Amino acid sequence: MIAHAIFFYVFSVIAVVSAIMVTVSKNTVHSVFFLILDFISISCLFIMIGAEFLGMIMLIVYVGAVAVLFLFVVMMLNVAQQKNQWFVSKDSSRHIPIGLLISVIIFFELIIVIGGWKYKPDLFNSTKSSLENGVSNTHSLGQVLYTDYIHVFQISGMILLIAMIGAIVLTFRQREGVKKQSYLKQISRERTEGVEVLEVASNKGVKIDD
Amino acid sequence: MEYLNIIFQESYKILFLLVPVLVSVAMIVWLDRRVWAFVQKRQGPNVVGPFGLLQSLADALKYIFKEIIIPASSNKVIFILAPIITMTLALIAWAVIPFGVEQVLADINVGILYIFAVSSLGVYGIIMGGWASNSKYPFLGAIRSAAQMVSYEVSIGIIIINVLLCVGSLNLNDIVVAQKEMWFVIPLFPMFVIFFISALAETNRPPFDLPEAEAELVAGYQTEYSGMMYAMFWLGEYANILLMCALGSILFLGGWLSPIDLYPFNLIPGALWLIFKILFLFILFALVKAIVPRYRYDQLMRLGWKIFLPLSLTYVVLTASYLFYFNLLPTI
Repeated sequence: MIAHAIFFYVFSVIAVVSAIMVTVSKNTVHSVFFLILDFISISCLFIMIGAEFLGMIMLIVYVGAVAVLFLFVVMMLNVAQQKNQWFVSKDSSRHIPIGLLISVIIFFELIIVIGGWKYKPDLFNSTKSSLENGVSNTHSLGQVLYTDYIHVFQISGMILLIAMIGAIVLTFRQREGVKKQSYLKQISRERTEGVEVLEVASNKGVKIDD
Repeated sequence: MEYLNIIFQESYKILFLLVPVLVSVAMIVWLDRRVWAFVQKRQGPNVVGPFGLLQSLADALKYIFKEIIIPASSNKVIFILAPIITMTLALIAWAVIPFGVEQVLADINVGILYIFAVSSLGVYGIIMGGWASNSKYPFLGAIRSAAQMVSYEVSIGIIIINVLLCVGSLNLNDIVVAQKEMWFVIPLFPMFVIFFISALAETNRPPFDLPEAEAELVAGYQTEYSGMMYAMFWLGEYANILLMCALGSILFLGGWLSPIDLYPFNLIPGALWLIFKILFLFILFALVKAIVPRYRYDQLMRLGWKIFLPLSLTYVVLTASYLFYFNLLPTI
């Protein structure tokens, strides 16, 4: 058990420190890297309590996909310029009330979550425990997810789909004058329509539309 | 004292896996160059050692003695971290690869997810290297590579779902044992082809080597690297290719199972069969490098999102319906 405790404290210290560093570090790209470190150490904690499936999915979804896109966006910003101008200027103080409101809401949510900790034993007793011996984590998760909670599962899938379609609709724009390659057109080109013989008057030339 | 014993035993096992992997990476680089040369009617590296076998060792020696140059305007910590991360991630995935019934370093329940997670982390080495160099070519290469790897991961994930539907377990050894009757390459042949092409894109191999397309980007994310740090990127890349070959042979070609369960074939140990299969896939990788011209970037994205993703999703539905209709779904 000592080894287990040592690993637990190592991972949780890394998680907490990197979470603090996300907000403290001045370079935005460094913040994202600390966020990734945070995700990784939290998935290690998941694996340590036996939720191996959750830990791996955390790695695949958050670290492998979401954080890559974060990094993508942040790297595109001009970090040096932003550091000097935006945070120092008076513009940023306009956003303080909204920021305060959001942080107060998050603070109360955290209090509710920590308050709920007291009822944890009741929660464990009330739900149908499918963690029988010999059934792996993934199996029991699948059995619960696709039977008892199938509607919640499908509704959340629908919400994600709507969010995806919304993002595409918001950013999609038809640009004028962009040349597009049509594979069908290229493949179905015939020799007869590819070559054209024209009578060219001398010193006049011809105009070919391209 | 007991802990020390366990740690000693485990590190002995790890060394026993790691050293062969590193040596075979060096050999595989030689094989790659040789196959490439033979397709183009050249000799390839044939001077150092018998058949040029020691060429990679000579190259490694050269890299070790070269000076490591760190650009003045680079982000130094991340610049140094990037090749280390690439190399480490390429090596830790080997922990769950089974070479036999008992011959596996970590026989975990979610082995296939572990490999998938580690290979999806591989993109960070490249992004970090590209960004920290603080230069145009590496940055363009890193951005290309990130988009490419995220795109092809999606289709690889869905192909893995196809296999898992037939197996009913995430354990790699279970996946191999489930192919005792028939290798999955036969019922899932279209998925094997898509997996192979996606693996090419995932490991930045030609014809999808746009992150390091030398005609446009010099060497992509590796442009500013030199000496041993460059060599580490290079080794990590080849270790990843080997890992993808191993994953392909475990998912589709029956892993350590022998092709026919008969007397003379049974004598050959399973680990050797797995190595044969990895080598077979790798030679296919090398041939593709020599034969196929490089894709354009929009064609690459189109192939990933508009062709592979719908195809593999359709195949998931087909596989699930077939298994359900004929009552072949694996029982838990």
